[in-house]
Amino acid sequence: MSMQQRFDDSPMVRPSRRDGSAEPLVRFDQVTKRYGSLTVLDQLNLEVSPGEKVAIIGPSGSGKSTLLRALMTLETIDDGVIEVDGEPLTHMPTAGGHLIPANARHQRRIRGRIGMVFQSFNLFPHMNALQNVIEAPVQVLGMSKAEASQRGEELLAMVGLEDKLGHYPAQLSGGQQQRVAIARALAMRPKVMLFDEVTSALDPELCGEVLNVIRQLGEAHNLTMLMVTHQMGFAREFADRVCFFYKGRIHEQGTPEELFGNPREERTQAFLSAVNEAH
Amino acid sequence: MNFFDWQFAWDILPQLLEASLKTIGITLGGFAIAVVLGLILAVGRRSRLPWLSWPVTGLIEFIRSTPLLIQAYFLFYVFPNYGLNLSALQAGIIAIAIHYACYTAEVYRAGLDAVPRGQWEAVTALNMKPLTAYRDVILPQALRPILPALGNYLVAMLKDTPVLSAITVVEIMQQAKNIGSESFRYLEPITLVGLFFLLLSLALAWFVRRLEDRMEVAR
Amino acid sequence: MGELLPLMLQGAWVTLQITFWASLLAIACAVLGALGRLSPFAPLRWFSITYIEVFRGTSLLVQLFWLYFVLPMPPFHVELSAFSVAVLGLGLHIGAYGAEVMRGAIRSVAPGQYEASLALNMTPLTRFRRIILPQALLAAIPPGTNLLIELLKNTSLVSLITLSDLAFRARQLDQATFMTLEIFGLTLVLYFLMAQAINLAMRLVERRLGRGRIKGGLA
Repeated sequence: MSMQQRFDDSPMVRPSRRDGSAEPLVRFDQVTKRYGSLTVLDQLNLEVSPGEKVAIIGPSGSGKSTLLRALMTLETIDDGVIEVDGEPLTHMPTAGGHLIPANARHQRRIRGRIGMVFQSFNLFPHMNALQNVIEAPVQVLGMSKAEASQRGEELLAMVGLEDKLGHYPAQLSGGQQQRVAIARALAMRPKVMLFDEVTSALDPELCGEVLNVIRQLGEAHNLTMLMVTHQMGFAREFADRVCFFYKGRIHEQGTPEELFGNPREERTQAFLSAVNEAH
Repeated sequence: MNFFDWQFAWDILPQLLEASLKTIGITLGGFAIAVVLGLILAVGRRSRLPWLSWPVTGLIEFIRSTPLLIQAYFLFYVFPNYGLNLSALQAGIIAIAIHYACYTAEVYRAGLDAVPRGQWEAVTALNMKPLTAYRDVILPQALRPILPALGNYLVAMLKDTPVLSAITVVEIMQQAKNIGSESFRYLEPITLVGLFFLLLSLALAWFVRRLEDRMEVAR
Repeated sequence: MGELLPLMLQGAWVTLQITFWASLLAIACAVLGALGRLSPFAPLRWFSITYIEVFRGTSLLVQLFWLYFVLPMPPFHVELSAFSVAVLGLGLHIGAYGAEVMRGAIRSVAPGQYEASLALNMTPLTRFRRIILPQALLAAIPPGTNLLIELLKNTSLVSLITLSDLAFRARQLDQATFMTLEIFGLTLVLYFLMAQAINLAMRLVERRLGRGRIKGGLA
């Protein structure tokens, strides 16, 4: 089998847009992810523009977390292409313009544009707050310790933790830990931030402080954000666009006013009324 | 000179196998004592009477942190001064048995601790005598989950028997050394002894693992 | 008694030196063995499994004798000093057990730590060195302490390959003075004290490594 034949079935590099509209920062093109016989992402298409805030809602098991995890390369995808800032993340182009699965180096280069905050914080327990924030800038970006520390202190001050620099995760509340985790992700200067149910592990009274930080982040920076959330109120107030996930696809999407105020699809209506009843 | 003299290895095999019977005998005899003595020590350590539990705890900790070799020396060389003459084999079996009893005691303790508190309350409520309670209710529950751990100590004990060669017990290792010093060939006898321990401990470990799997199923 | 102690302490000093160097080798073997065992590269995995099984499965004394008696002979012609044999044999032996401890410790690190490291774009090497290893080492300290005490106790076997450690001094003095009870009693106490010192030292290491990881007060 010749090289040419081998790549005939592989996806092609997409020609850049000529109509002048903004390139999407994140693009899912026919992305499929399966676990055995279960399809969690089903030929998913999604485009996110620079600076856009997208909230992803939907019943559990609908694939919304998998979407973020695939974008962070925590999951491999079975089919399709994910692009970040006009370059494929999961694939890399050959000289002939065909796409082949990305190697580790290519993935690392593209992955550097993405930051992620997890439901369970995942702070490094053996490092204090400041060490958590400067670890990756020093080790991965090669920043000097002094520079990283200065920036780390600024970031921790921004999330309201300037007096907790030397505290270890075990000495912080859940809300404080999650704010350190946000600062840690921001320290890598990502273009896209992913928030994966970041308040789900928190006591209700601690959600507010984390959501406030995210809100403030959205106002102060032109950061692109994708968030999977159960906080409908926050999604409604904060997001530019809300996507309702159902069975591995975007079942319905629109502005918060459209989706929450006037959902067209039956599934969406059922989900929203179930959520409303629960509260 | 060839690398490994197969003929020589074949010739010394009967001598080694004969000595291996002693190794296996020491292991089985020592283990039989250790499982019983260990249980007694465990119950003693858990006793609510401080004059019993403290010395037992001290003894277990002391024996566990000192070498089997010195304990064997102690039994073999000190006791005769006080009229207790033990043969090397007797001293060896007793030394290894006491040493491992202190390990099995900790295994029993973990097993006994794992029996739910309600079971103790139930035997008290039924007004059972302590011995009956232990024999009929507590031990059967405590024993099953710790069988694999006990099995692991059987394997460990087997591999510790060569230590007894230091008090003139001619077990398989000593036999190999004797052959070596007579023939000036150490490669074959010592390698064969290594192989003997490897095969036997792998086989025993396999049994222990099967035992563990059966426990999982039984639960 | 007064004349005994200095000579015994000389022996104890040799014992401590062997324990120290062998434990460094054992820790290195444990980390590398565990990494090899967890490696996705099959030949490396098989190499590690072979190392672990051989050094756990053949008795320690057999390993020491093999290194001491067989290696200098043809076809190897590798003559090591008794001290090197002691450090090498004990280090490799305890390292094989340590590898299984480390493997468990590495696997006990939460999956979220791997995910966070990946999300921060760390290379596998940085992730292991900076994130996984520090946490695994802390988890490995309690079982590792037991292994170090096993190592200390096992150093007594080097007296059988002519090293004048504490066990060797005890035998030597016993033959010279016949103060059997005093000598072996004192020897046991010295080993016990050294074991307690290891316990204490490891607890300090655990406190240092675990700084800030326990809820409550500041480090």
